[in-house]
Amino acid sequence: MSSLDEKIEEAKKLSMHIVKESEEEKLMTLSVGPQHPGTGHFRFIIKLDGDYIVNVDLDLGYVHRGEEKMCEYRNYFTNIPHLERPVIHDSANITYSYSLAVEDLIGITVPRRGQFLRALTSELDRINYTLYWLAIYGIFLGHSTMFMWPAADRELVLDLLERLTGHRITHAFNIPGGVRNDMPNNFKEKCLSQINYLEKRLKEYEHIFYNNPLFRQRTEGVGVLSKEDAIKLGVTGSVLRASGVPYDIRKVEPYDIYNEIDFNVQYMKTCDSFARAYIPFLDVRESCHIIRELLDKMPESGDVREKLLSNIKGPPGESFKRVESGRGALSYHLVSDGTSRPYRVKISTGSFRNIIALPFLLVGSKLGDMPAIYWSLNYWPIEADR
Amino acid sequence: MGALNSEFRFGNFVGSIVQLVLFILAFVTLLVLPIIFFVLFFVPLPVVDGQVLTPYLFFSMMVDPSRTIPVMQFLIHTDLFRAAVFPGFAFAALIAASTIFIERKLLAKMQLRVGPLYAGKIEGIFQLLADGLKLISKEIIVPSGADKVIFWLAPIMFVSTSAAVVALIPVAPGWVAADVDVGLIAVFAILGFFPLIILLFSWASNSKYPFIGGLRALHQMVAFEIPFLLSALPAVIFAGSLNLSNIALSQNIFWNILVMPVNAFVFFISSLAELERVPFDLPEAESEIVAGWLTETSGMIFGLIQLGNYLKLYALAGLFVILFLGGWYGPQIFPPELIPGASTSDVSLLRLVALEGLYNPVTINSIFWFTVKTFVVILLMLITRGINPRIRIDILLHTGWYKLIVLTFINLFVVLTLIYGGILGPGGLISVK
Repeated sequence: MSSLDEKIEEAKKLSMHIVKESEEEKLMTLSVGPQHPGTGHFRFIIKLDGDYIVNVDLDLGYVHRGEEKMCEYRNYFTNIPHLERPVIHDSANITYSYSLAVEDLIGITVPRRGQFLRALTSELDRINYTLYWLAIYGIFLGHSTMFMWPAADRELVLDLLERLTGHRITHAFNIPGGVRNDMPNNFKEKCLSQINYLEKRLKEYEHIFYNNPLFRQRTEGVGVLSKEDAIKLGVTGSVLRASGVPYDIRKVEPYDIYNEIDFNVQYMKTCDSFARAYIPFLDVRESCHIIRELLDKMPESGDVREKLLSNIKGPPGESFKRVESGRGALSYHLVSDGTSRPYRVKISTGSFRNIIALPFLLVGSKLGDMPAIYWSLNYWPIEADR
Repeated sequence: MGALNSEFRFGNFVGSIVQLVLFILAFVTLLVLPIIFFVLFFVPLPVVDGQVLTPYLFFSMMVDPSRTIPVMQFLIHTDLFRAAVFPGFAFAALIAASTIFIERKLLAKMQLRVGPLYAGKIEGIFQLLADGLKLISKEIIVPSGADKVIFWLAPIMFVSTSAAVVALIPVAPGWVAADVDVGLIAVFAILGFFPLIILLFSWASNSKYPFIGGLRALHQMVAFEIPFLLSALPAVIFAGSLNLSNIALSQNIFWNILVMPVNAFVFFISSLAELERVPFDLPEAESEIVAGWLTETSGMIFGLIQLGNYLKLYALAGLFVILFLGGWYGPQIFPPELIPGASTSDVSLLRLVALEGLYNPVTINSIFWFTVKTFVVILLMLITRGINPRIRIDILLHTGWYKLIVLTFINLFVVLTLIYGGILGPGGLISVK
């Protein structure tokens, strides 16, 4: 019997205890969120026995926007700007898989330079997202320097993205057929210098945060999600890779030019909160490496976009594409009935897959471990609610 | 002219001001002055420089500033001045305010924060005033189910208890508000009140987050009180006295930290835990329990508690200096006379101070070195906030009950060996003469 089953049994036993009158007086019900500095647009109701969490009840959906339904009333191009709203700081990735799915549906291929630019924005946004996530992880553990540093260094990447796409966040850069416009002059030099500086800063992050004994004390051996449990629960992205499964969509199902890029899939076998906190950081390093390689291999000139009609009609059929976003696999399932609008769009996000693991990790842990476990799951509430 | 009322008449405005002034004058002459004279009739007036200090004499001093010197000399040696102004509350509050200012600047430098580094004209010092005004002007919200009496009393108790600790800290030989023979015991006895106040306040708030925060504070302070007390013990053994002034005086040859570095470390860690500063800010852990026991505070209730916290910070930093960093001892940098060769013909205030014995080079030097050392310790306490995350409650209790208590005994044995070997301590080879 795996540890997950044991935990479920334990949780069931404890929930049965809750029904008893005498036990109920011992427990304290604590509502964490939505107006709580420790959650965001999301709530979980926990029951405490002393300092131990015995029951967790997730309550999602505070920021549901109906993105999937909205897609059915717009054509394939006008869907782009509203689709990136759930993750404004990782908008390149959430529109990436949508564009791939539409291209698969109508059967076109993106010009080679366009593919490189897409991958470049995708990696820059991964860094952008992860630094933001790291900042919040810092303040969740009470480390105020770690809150400020990534939030300030994020400006480097935002500056690059503004030069490239015209917007700091929500770029609407990826569109079906390629990218909106070409890269500006001397972007390459600027990008390389910024990335070099960022890599220097990453070393400092490691010194002040990841090598801090207090941080290690709080995260090592906390919230262990074993390999079997991780696969059983269906978590993706950094959470899955922290549990010892080297599964990266960029390697497993390479899209666009990722099969030409040489990079390593980061994974750890310790399965704890520390691994889940460290993997995204390693991903940022790997992204810096990928960006250098992309800039190196990029063709000097060429089209960046396949010319398409403004209201393209997809042939009746279905398509399914996924990319590796900052939070894990981000997939779109498109169904077309032959009109200029999609018949059905299903978005599957990494955040929602990862938050499923939260109750199993929290039950039996201490209240002080709650922020360390919760935010290590690489969860973005708005994306999960869509 | 939208700002002006249409029925505004300038004459009425002037008239109302004249009326107001008249009322105030009448109030003072008819009520306040008789009360003052009535009180003066019963109160024995102090004798200054051979003269009874009557109100008439006091007013005559405005004409001749040189006559205020004896009054000032008399005033600064009263207990009221010591408790309220110099080694006491006002001095500590000034240090507390500068601590807040330094904390912001330092952390802004460390953390790439933009606001505190550039806001405002004079190094952003007005931001402090604005924050203070904001706290004063905010509405105080008392939760509906709260125990109102305790909810209002606890912040005041918090500040006054902090001020009581401050009163026991000597800053120079003879300059202490309360010179108690059992000074160190008194400090720990007063510090023992804080968990009680916090628990009362968190219970009175009638909310779950403050309650958890209060319980955490209770656990934390009780766990760290024993290493706190034990780490101060070798200094007492050295000095042969519990009086804080005597402990400081016993370090005129070398600083205690040279003999007992481990204890100084334990004392520092314990005082961080006592102050609820990062990494021991569990009672206020915002990502877990919102703001801990401060969740329901608002306006000046929060302001008072913060003031109390910073007073406590000063008191514990001062205690560290007294116990381990040689108190007020330091090289004499002030000249023996403020202005050599000053004559009585010149009546500028500075010369008066120099002439009439208000300037004491030893005292000024002591105060200077004490303040400098205290700020160094405060700075160390602030830096930990920039480099550490929060610790977890079980690790904290483990640290307090197991590790720190064991560590304190190491230096205790070292010190006892030195004393029984006849090297240090009262009557030893190297000791106070």
